[in-house]
Formats: sequence, structure tokens, C-alpha cells
Amino acid sequence: MPATSNGSANGTTQIPNPMLLIAELSYKCPLHCPYCSNPLTIGDAKYSDELPTEDWLRVLREAADLGVLQLALTGGEPLVRKDCEEFVAVAKEVGLYSNLITAGTPFTRKRAEALREAGLDNVQISIQDSDPINSDRIAGIKSFSKKIEAAHLARELGFPLTINVVLHRQNLDRIEEIIQLAEDLDARRVELANSQYQGWAAINRESLMPTREQLEHGEQVVTAARERIGPKMEILWVLPDYYEDTPKPCMGGWARDAFLIAPNGDMLPCQAASSIPGMEFENVRDRSLAEIWFESEAFNRFRGTDWIPEVCRTCPLDRFHIDFGGCRCQALALTGDVTNVDPVCKFSEHHAIVTDAVAAANQPGRNGNGELIFRTIEKVPVRG
Amino acid sequence: MESLRLDIPVLPNGFRLHWDKVRERHVILYPEGALALNDTAVQVLQLCDGKRTIENIADELSARFGGADVHDDVENLLISLANIGMVKDAGDK
Repeated sequence: MPATSNGSANGTTQIPNPMLLIAELSYKCPLHCPYCSNPLTIGDAKYSDELPTEDWLRVLREAADLGVLQLALTGGEPLVRKDCEEFVAVAKEVGLYSNLITAGTPFTRKRAEALREAGLDNVQISIQDSDPINSDRIAGIKSFSKKIEAAHLARELGFPLTINVVLHRQNLDRIEEIIQLAEDLDARRVELANSQYQGWAAINRESLMPTREQLEHGEQVVTAARERIGPKMEILWVLPDYYEDTPKPCMGGWARDAFLIAPNGDMLPCQAASSIPGMEFENVRDRSLAEIWFESEAFNRFRGTDWIPEVCRTCPLDRFHIDFGGCRCQALALTGDVTNVDPVCKFSEHHAIVTDAVAAANQPGRNGNGELIFRTIEKVPVRG
Repeated sequence: MESLRLDIPVLPNGFRLHWDKVRERHVILYPEGALALNDTAVQVLQLCDGKRTIENIADELSARFGGADVHDDVENLLISLANIGMVKDAGDK
């Protein structure tokens, strides 16, 4: 029986049903990208207690009943789970659109054929740069040639292909070559999102943040490429939000469109929410998805308008219903208070934190290849 | 950008019509998204089988609606969907 919308905590506004489930199957990954959106605490013992196959299968059925249409199978690396094909088969059975977000290196012919057989809808492969040497350097492991092979294999087997390249100071100058590579690989969509400074990217911000000049060049290249290519290949281009003066509606708003399930079964409103101290997340082993979505304290914490910062209440741009005060985790990380407006907002009293960081990134002579702390599951790195 | 040619309209590889049972409406599902459709669009897209031409589709819908001339509406709808990459010509790769 499909779940229906319930009233919200304050009984007035309707809680929308979610559209997207981000299934983080495992935090294990062959890559070590220094901007990984996983939490810094991926090495915590609790995450190695991964959700058993039958729980994931139940979760997928519950998700479809709750209104989810899109399933992102991700990680870490989702293919480290040998039961990935089973998840795809159940997703197909219940009508979820399945998207495998993989590093590409474990996307072997055997697994790719099994995934096709199971009904996988889309393959997304990450590439770190169009330059093989820099791609391998950023990934922290020799992987570029395997990724290219995986992309060819995906197309050979008839999968629509998305290429995803996280952009930053150390690869943005090659944006033209990156788009060309995606075209050569016959991608249907290329995601060129600049790194946002969450998770591992937060500790690497200085080395990752591009200059204004790099971004302006990127924008020009993307505009020209869209004009030339048309609808044959969709190009997603996302600025680092530090360069904007209004915040992004993080996750489309807290607990509105999407949720995430961590490898151990914790259900969260976003990738970084585990960084919020004092917030308890419920586990899908204990309660149904619908109960957690509609009733849990964490999901209801920033729903509606009861909590909103004063500066949003009096917003001269009347943007609260667009950006919902921005990212809660960024507000916390930069201002120390999770209920502040995201300091990306030009009306935030903490906005100088953002503009100072941007000014520093644009200082003449500033190193274009600063040192990076690479993602590791072994131990939590020390900030600094 | 090449000019658009659309004789036999189909959904591109990886795009599919889906009945959203919770919101009780049809959508096109595609990588990273869902597009909600009105009833007319659904009726047109259900006839996009990779064999019917725009003419065939318009004729069938016309018959369904008591002979009304729907050709331009059908063509405009399909072209607007093609412009955002939701429909392509069966002959295009």
C-alpha cells in the first residue's frame, strides 16, 4: 500500500513525499579523491557494520511505496557490494529508476552484463581530469585508463552514460578538453560541478578553490559547448557556492525531495548531516522509511518555517521559499551554529568568512597546485 | 547546433514513461530527473513506439477525438520535448 503524505509536526503544511533515495552502499572505495562528499568519519567502526542484503531489498520496496522515483546507487564505491545486481533487479521490479554512480574501475564486463540483465537504467562514471596523469594524481591511484575502458563498455552494452568530473583549482583550466572527452565517450550527460566545501573538500578548501578567472573561463566554455552540442549531450555546470551571493537550496531543502541511507542503515536528510552534533539519526533496521521520513526528529528539525533565521524572515529578496536558508551543515561548519543562515548569503552577518576565502583564492601568485589531503578510510585526518 | 529533424519520434535511450502511483500521474524518468506530464503529452508519448511517424500519431489521436485537427499541437509538443532532449528521431543515434 503506498504511503501517503502526513501532516507536518505543526499540523499545517503538508510534508512532500521524497523523489530521490541516495543509497550509500559502502564507504569502501578504490579512489582517494580529496573532495569526497562522504563524511570525514568514514573510518568509524559503525560504518563497517554494513546493512545486510535483505534489509536493502526491503528498503527499496518501501522507497517505491513512499514515492521515490530515482535511486542513486553510490558509496564510496557501490560495486564493492557483490549484491549490487540484486538491488538493481528489485529497483526494476518496483519501478525505481536506477543510476549506478561508480568510479568505473570495478565495472568489469562480467558485472556490467549482469547489471544490464538486472535492468540498470543509467551508468555514471567519475573521471578526475581529462589529463590522465592528473586524473590519477587526484584519484590517488592509477585509474584513468580503466575508467575510459569502463565508459566504452557501458556504451557498448547500450547503457546511457553520464560522465561526472568534479571541478576545482587543479583541473578547471582543462574544462574544454574535459567536455571533449565526455563527447568522445558518447556521454548523454556530463556533470561539471565545482567542488563544494563539505566533507573532505572542507579540509582541502584552500587547494581546491578556483580563481574567479578560472570560473569565468569555464562559464564561457560551457555556454559555447551547449550552443554547439544542443540536447544531444546535457551539460550540468555548477559554481562553487562561495562565489554566489545567495545560498543554494541544499538537497532541494531539508527533508523535502531526497534522503540518504548510509552504509550502516542510518537514514539522513543529506550527506553531511552526520556532522551536526546532538542530532540523532534513526536506522532503517529499526523503523520503516515512511516513519523516519514523516516522524523522526532529525527529518522534522528544519522542515517548515518555525526554525528560520531572523535574517531570512525579513529577507529583502523573499528567497526563503527558494533556498530555505541554504545549507545547514555549511552554516554549522562556518559559524558554529546550525540554525544560522548559510554564510554564503550576502545578508549573513558571517558573510565575510566566505568573501575572505574567495579573496585569498584570488591573491596574485597564489599556488595553483596546493597540497591535498586524500580521502582515506583508515584514520580520520587532523584538520590543518 | 544542427537543426532538428523529427519524423519518427521516440524517447531517447535511458528515458521511459512511468506511472507515479503515489502522486497519481505519469512522468518521464531519465538520468537524475523526472518530468511530470499532462494527459495530452501522455497520450502522444504512448504512441511514440519507434514506428509511427508524427503524421500517424496525429491521425490516431484525431480519430480518438472525433476528427479534430491535432497535427500542429502534436508536432509542437514533440518539438518542444525534443528541444529539451526528452524526445529524438528514431534515426538519430
